[in-house]
Amino acid sequence: MSDGHHEELGFWRKYVFSTDHKVIGIQYSVTGLAFLFFGFCLMMLMRWQLAYPNQPIPLIGGLFGDARAPGGIMLPDFYNELGAMHGTIMVFLGVVPLAVGGFGNLILPLQIGAADMAFPKLNMLSYWSLFLGGVTMFGSFFLEGGAAQSGWTSYAPLSNIAPSGQTAWLIGMIFLITSSLLGSVNFIVTTIQLRAQGLSFFRLPFFCWAQFVTAFLLLLAFPPLEAAGVLQLMDRLADTSFFMPDGLVISGEALDISGGGSPLLWQHLFWFLAHPEVYVLILPAMGIVAEVIANNTRKPLWGYRAMVYSVIFLGFMSFIVWAHHMFITGMGTAMATFFQTTTMIISIPSVIILTALLLSLWGGSIRFNTPMLFALAFLPMFGIGGLTGLPLGLAAPDIALHDTYYVIGHFHYVVAPGTIFALFAGVYYWYPKATGRKMSETLGKLHFWPSLIFMNGIFFPMLIQGLNGVSRRLADGGATYDFAGAVGPLNRMQSWSAWGLALAQIPFIINFFMSLRAGEKVGDNPWDATTLEWAAPSPPPHGNFTTEPVVYRGPYEYSVPGAENDFTPQTQEG
Amino acid sequence: MLIPHIVKPRPDTGLNNGKLGIWLFLASEVMLFGALFATYLMLRMGSNDWPLGTKYLDPMWAAINTIVLITSSVTMVMAWAMSAKRNFAKFRLFMLLTVGLGFVFMIIKYIEYSAKFDHHYYPSTHVFLAIYFTLTGLHGLHVLGGMVVNGYLALFGKKHYEQDPEWFTNRVEHSGLFWHFVDLVWIFLFPILYLL
Amino acid sequence: MGKSHAEISRHMRVYLMVFGALLVLTAATVGAWKLEFLPAGAAVALALAIALCKASLVALYFMHLSAENKMIYWILALTFVFFLVLLLVPVLTAFDVIAY
Repeated sequence: MSDGHHEELGFWRKYVFSTDHKVIGIQYSVTGLAFLFFGFCLMMLMRWQLAYPNQPIPLIGGLFGDARAPGGIMLPDFYNELGAMHGTIMVFLGVVPLAVGGFGNLILPLQIGAADMAFPKLNMLSYWSLFLGGVTMFGSFFLEGGAAQSGWTSYAPLSNIAPSGQTAWLIGMIFLITSSLLGSVNFIVTTIQLRAQGLSFFRLPFFCWAQFVTAFLLLLAFPPLEAAGVLQLMDRLADTSFFMPDGLVISGEALDISGGGSPLLWQHLFWFLAHPEVYVLILPAMGIVAEVIANNTRKPLWGYRAMVYSVIFLGFMSFIVWAHHMFITGMGTAMATFFQTTTMIISIPSVIILTALLLSLWGGSIRFNTPMLFALAFLPMFGIGGLTGLPLGLAAPDIALHDTYYVIGHFHYVVAPGTIFALFAGVYYWYPKATGRKMSETLGKLHFWPSLIFMNGIFFPMLIQGLNGVSRRLADGGATYDFAGAVGPLNRMQSWSAWGLALAQIPFIINFFMSLRAGEKVGDNPWDATTLEWAAPSPPPHGNFTTEPVVYRGPYEYSVPGAENDFTPQTQEG
Repeated sequence: MLIPHIVKPRPDTGLNNGKLGIWLFLASEVMLFGALFATYLMLRMGSNDWPLGTKYLDPMWAAINTIVLITSSVTMVMAWAMSAKRNFAKFRLFMLLTVGLGFVFMIIKYIEYSAKFDHHYYPSTHVFLAIYFTLTGLHGLHVLGGMVVNGYLALFGKKHYEQDPEWFTNRVEHSGLFWHFVDLVWIFLFPILYLL
Repeated sequence: MGKSHAEISRHMRVYLMVFGALLVLTAATVGAWKLEFLPAGAAVALALAIALCKASLVALYFMHLSAENKMIYWILALTFVFFLVLLLVPVLTAFDVIAY
């Protein structure tokens, strides 16, 4: 690994424009965490309007100006802006950069025993493309008319006639998509080409498999949205009519356009990405949970092979379910039957993975440390999220539930206490690898328990509201909406839970920064784990491993009868 | 620290990194153009006044451009063959020809676009013209991108060639794969937009 | 690639033959269109069939897909399946609409 002309890199090349996968992974993680926090702040503002409709926002209400909140009272357009940007930022700038860019970059090359990613410069480029996308999205708040306000789905033709924030949204998305495409090529090539000697595909840790399949989803599903973004940019900037039907009339005036386009086309292209995107959000989370559970039950994963086949099948199926988001667009019964059938089929591999993780707990002597608590909480939370999705995947109940708070409750259970808990588990689990120090267990538990309670306080009432027919996009939370009468007061409980959730993150933020200096110093393998990343020094130097690792066994050889320790690292011979 | 399998293929997969990378990139490009072809199909099926390409466009220019791009594909593959035979002078000649033909393609495209604008045919005139300008415009950007990479290899590649001719030849091959893909897209654009 | 010079010379002859075939096929496309001897539907089918032939020639010989690695075939097959889904399914849904 040592080459003769070793040169010391300057500050900028070493920490800012670095090509080292670990630095890039940390850049991704910090960016992702920052945007998660920012997106969360947008949501907390919305929660005020939902709980106390049309009352002035206390303390900070004056900061938003007369165009958004005259007298501190939130205008509907401002509410829409917050809603659209909350969704966009949480999905594309929060969870994906942290789950794929962050953990993928930081951990995947270590787990396969590689010195770096296959294309380090491309890796740097993909981070900076994401960064530009983030700057564009953030900057769009300062445009005339504000940021995008047509929902994170940007349905046409509404989005076509929206103020200029939508243009910024599209340009931002094109940067983000480019970043993901470059990243996914890199992940796939790295996984196929740079595996250590002896590390066959079925010796890969489940986390690597999850990242590998995720990369394929990003690679093949994102380009159609890029195309759709270009088409909508054309519609907005060159007055084309890709998504504009004939005879469109706005405020009593016929639009001066050629017409002949199809609004449904946008939905097809959008959901062709956005459904696989759901799996982009959840697969890395499953990967993290699998690693943490195997490590803390001190047992091999139950049904590793079944899980791997499931994740491959899941990835494949996720490309042919997208139109279950479009059941009420006038779709006929033949197509609806096709899509609800594929949707029911795709739930099978998800259930297999969840069941395998659950059965892995059986008979283990479980260590209840912070990463394990988050990983354990993932199982029922993701379970609720998944099961509440079934009625939405069937055309008949979806007619009643579509666009209600039930949908919001469903996918937030998947992504918030599901994926985000798994990401927290990952942060606590791999923090010692990235820094050489452990995070505090006490603060970790102080973070976990209130988070778990408040998450459910926010999202469970949404399911109830939705079943009562409350629509998801009401700027006053349904105060003027008959259906919301009985379930409207739940909004206050949800909002206080949301603000409580914010307080519950304080121990995490303190823990994250304090542990950099004050955390307990630990060795290379503090969790007594088997996978390759723990064979490298903590933090790993440039080039990662001191000696090139050779793999002799599968990823989860815990408590092997007759073995010397209760864990047998993959690098151990024999 | 050097990443393994940049030049020589990894024994068990039989691939070098760049080859796998460029094919994955092309796979994503297939989906990008696939979405635009799907758009074309949706718009055409949903339209009751879809024009024949000849109503707005001149197929002769496009036929000439088809021949230009096909020829450039041949010069490209010859450039690779010359680099593989370790004949840098001939490689450079064929590569510059490839870039030159790309340039000819872009000039003809420019003439075509100007003729449309002179007749007041804009993307906003009709959805057919909208998809025509979007598809050919995006394709044109790909041609430009290929010209930049090929031009770089032809003009500034000598040093790399002398250090590691095998690695350099791989790069020419990968750049060529992209160039042929751009040609391949045009082969479909020609009948779809101009003739049908 | 570690190919011998003789092998590459053989390749080069193939490239020139493919070049000739591509020119002939282009001429055929233009010719069929100019002469207009086919009904509209058949003309569309013919033009697309010729385009498919030309594309296959480029992919098989210029892009060396006639003798490529198995992994590349798998990736392209997967891509092709999703390409077809993306191309056809939106149009199919446009044909299957409930009456209103």
